[in-house]
Amino acid sequence: MPLFHDEDQETLANTVGPFMADRAPVSHLRSLRDADDPAGFSRDLWREFGQMGFTGVLVDEADGGLGLGHVEAGIVLEEIGRNLTPSPFIGTAVGAVEALRLADRGLKETWLPGIVAGETVAALALDEAARHRPQSVALKAERQGNGFRLTGAKQFAPFRHEADLLLVSARTAGDASDEEGVTLFALPRSHPGITVKAERLADSSFAARIELDGVDVDGSTVVGEVDDGRSVLNRVLSAVRTGASAELVGVAGGASAMTLDYIKQRKQFGRIIGSYQALQHRAAHLYAEMEVARAATLKAQQSLDAGSETAERDASVAKAMAGMASSLAVREAVQMHGGIGMTDEYDVGFFMKRQRVLAELYGDADFHADRLARMEGY
Amino acid sequence: MDDALEDFRRDTRAWLEENCPPEMRKPMRSEKDICWGGRKFTFASDAQKQWLDVMAERGWTVPDWPSEYGGGGLSPAETKVLKQEMAALGCRVPLQSFGISMLGPALLKYGTEEQKQEHLPKIARGEIRWCQGYSEPNAGSDLASLATSAEDKGDHYLVNGQKVWTSYADEADWIFCLTRTDTSQKQGGITFLLFDMESDGVSTRPIRLISGASPFCETFFEDVKVPKNQVLGEVNDGWSVAKYLLGHEREMISGMGGRAQGLTLSDYALNKLGADEQGRLDDSVLRARIAMHEVRSHAFAAMSERFIDQLKAGKIHSAQPSMMKYYGTELNKDRHELLMAAGGSDALEWESEASGGGKAARAWLRTKANSIEGGTSEIQLNIVAKRILELPEG
Repeated sequence: MPLFHDEDQETLANTVGPFMADRAPVSHLRSLRDADDPAGFSRDLWREFGQMGFTGVLVDEADGGLGLGHVEAGIVLEEIGRNLTPSPFIGTAVGAVEALRLADRGLKETWLPGIVAGETVAALALDEAARHRPQSVALKAERQGNGFRLTGAKQFAPFRHEADLLLVSARTAGDASDEEGVTLFALPRSHPGITVKAERLADSSFAARIELDGVDVDGSTVVGEVDDGRSVLNRVLSAVRTGASAELVGVAGGASAMTLDYIKQRKQFGRIIGSYQALQHRAAHLYAEMEVARAATLKAQQSLDAGSETAERDASVAKAMAGMASSLAVREAVQMHGGIGMTDEYDVGFFMKRQRVLAELYGDADFHADRLARMEGY
Repeated sequence: MDDALEDFRRDTRAWLEENCPPEMRKPMRSEKDICWGGRKFTFASDAQKQWLDVMAERGWTVPDWPSEYGGGGLSPAETKVLKQEMAALGCRVPLQSFGISMLGPALLKYGTEEQKQEHLPKIARGEIRWCQGYSEPNAGSDLASLATSAEDKGDHYLVNGQKVWTSYADEADWIFCLTRTDTSQKQGGITFLLFDMESDGVSTRPIRLISGASPFCETFFEDVKVPKNQVLGEVNDGWSVAKYLLGHEREMISGMGGRAQGLTLSDYALNKLGADEQGRLDDSVLRARIAMHEVRSHAFAAMSERFIDQLKAGKIHSAQPSMMKYYGTELNKDRHELLMAAGGSDALEWESEASGGGKAARAWLRTKANSIEGGTSEIQLNIVAKRILELPEG
């Protein structure tokens, strides 16, 4: 498969791009923030995503979705990134759907229709510490009759306070850092015993700190096999890391488009500042970094869709590369805008904040470089 | 999957298994194992010659060129499959040359039928080795200011002047050369000439580099007669041909930043430094630097794959090779800095047997030219800024 979008994918991009720019541009984020919106995203927009088919992009046609792949999910995410659209898309349409693909019929029938319709919001609750360490799971799930009793805490679960479905990794056997003995649970929001504390983040999105204090759940909430959640989790993580890479490519694209526009019209010393070689070389270097990140991201998407054995590695390469390139993009954006880039009135700062959150989500460049090194045996 | 393509893959693998000599499936040990072809070339082994002959016979030294000019006539998808299958079996590239990577594409685009018939099959079979006469002592980054003159003498041009940084001029048979035919305009007064290096009045002098090697020459022309049918493209339009060809040169150089064959950076470092009890490289800071480099290296391998795919499909910005050249060469320099760091004092030895005659250090020094030759990194950034980002002139 060639490493560029085919005609259908280009058509999709030409649909999603104008839709997102029209319905949820950066001003949409600004108005939600200024209104101190308690959800942090728009349920109406989420339903429109459903009507457009976006939320079911990865859902099989038999289950009412579009039956497309990660390349197509990435096209939606890139536009979400470019417009800084607040959306639970990654956790729901990518993370939860990828998990449910591996779940039994019952869980599929419970959750997929709501996701496809743009009614259901899901959240992944995987992290237990400030740094992403998904391999370390201390939250306990002890057998209790037909079900399990869950005790422990999670953090950095985007939009959990609004989520109807919560995907939680829990320890069913062994020690906190063991590879085996992890189980993934799909819990409905209404479960008693779950305490959720929504924290607003730097980019004005919400992530939740969650405490589970002896929550009794039914055995039917297990995704995949008991004690073998690691294989499901790895699939889900590769999917959301690749998705976050696409969103980062979009954030970088949005920030650098604004910046190029700005340096093509701003004059100092009687000259357009974009004519100075000092800025031209930095802009060109950034372009190269972004192109490389885009290629790595597309590679990871295609690897996931093809079920390639390098998919996990490609996802780590993409997340690390997209993290570094987008970080450079937003830092250069603020610097090249000068003083106005530091003002809240101007949009460029929003890109910097969003990039920082997404770069951290599901592992930053350091985490993934280390992961790559382990995979390659050094 | 496309059935015809899968058939092609199966047939190709079977053919390669049958025809590629076992010796040609081992990684190259040094630059001496590269087959450049040409009248002056000495084959390193019988197997090297045999491999070139069977591949050339099939047109697979230049698989995507038309078969009437000695190519394989393969589609972009088939060419990709052939490369994948060669890589899977570890087959060496049977022939590499500036004729294949640079002049050939320009001949296909700008050459007369007579020129194509004359030159392309000889390039494909490795019979004629070409060198490139571009840079001059006073025309480096500002290449279009070149002064080597070609004076119109009726049925021929008389060439006088000097080129510098001519790669392997002393081993080449023919040269493709930029000359000035009109001094009244800069870019619009350049003509692209092809001529035999054995012509009267041509001489070369190797330049010794910081690595100790001499891959480049100064090349001198004194009253060299070049027949008029050896102009490629139009008279005074050589700059168009030159730019087109430079794009291909940048593709070739950018390829060097990809995933290198043979021993990887991390294997080399593990060899030199060993691992801790968890199997991690026993120098945590160097390990982190290598890991960060490897992220970029893998990502750039994807970029290279995408670049080739887009190029073959005609879906690429004409200045994108500048981005590739910039990124690939900087990455390659970085890789050799890390190899030197991993090698420590062993890698500094210049002559010892253990160091293979200073292989690491000489290769490290050689890479410093990557971001100078074929247009410096700064020139590539200028091109990207102006032609892709459309930033204004200063």
